Amino acid sequence: MDIRVQDAPFDAGAELNAFTARIEGAGAVVSFSGVVRDVDGRLTRMEIEHYPGMTEAAITKIAAEATARWELADCLVIHRFGGLVAGDIIMMVATASRHRVAAFEAAEFLMDYLKSRAPFWKKETTDGGATWVAARDEDEDALSRW
Amino acid sequence: MIDVLYFAWVRERIGLPRESIETEAATVADLVEELRKREPRYEAAFADLRALRVAVDQDLCDFSASLKGAREVAFFPPMTGG
Repeated sequence: MDIRVQDAPFDAGAELNAFTARIEGAGAVVSFSGVVRDVDGRLTRMEIEHYPGMTEAAITKIAAEATARWELADCLVIHRFGGLVAGDIIMMVATASRHRVAAFEAAEFLMDYLKSRAPFWKKETTDGGATWVAARDEDEDALSRW
Repeated sequence: MIDVLYFAWVRERIGLPRESIETEAATVADLVEELRKREPRYEAAFADLRALRVAVDQDLCDFSASLKGAREVAFFPPMTGG
């Protein structure tokens, strides 16, 4: 398990290659990257706040659960905080397992839980001002399928 | 003494990221009542508890959670990671 919470940008392609190179006995690797969206072309900045200490603990707990439930060979979670702009990669997850179904499901599980159980908050700044992104009911509802 | 932390718009409404508080509150809900009585900015931050989440010693919990032995309580809006 490799969990990183950082303000520095990272190269998702290089991370995925390094992850794939170090896993053993897995025939499937799935990855997901979250990218800062600029829906109407007005976003000038996205600030991600987090709760140092709890963030790492919460992600580790979620990743350990996924690893046990889907018998993952390994998993990777990188999540940024601080100031980002449209097009920046916010976070990525990668999962490795014997067969692809487990890797896909575990990646979805990780994403669903990271969205509403890891202590991150997004604030979007546009030329009209700054607003905190509200949590969506669908994100909370998504947890019920697991 | 207990460390109370605020994040996102809760931090902005209260005007500080953390403070140490001398309290006899038995539960999170009791602590919230104490804070609300302090000043209007706390009343504003804690006006609607349904819009808030709480963690005691970095574990998510309910407002009914006990503060016995707790070192750190954090208040924040629903999380928006990923």
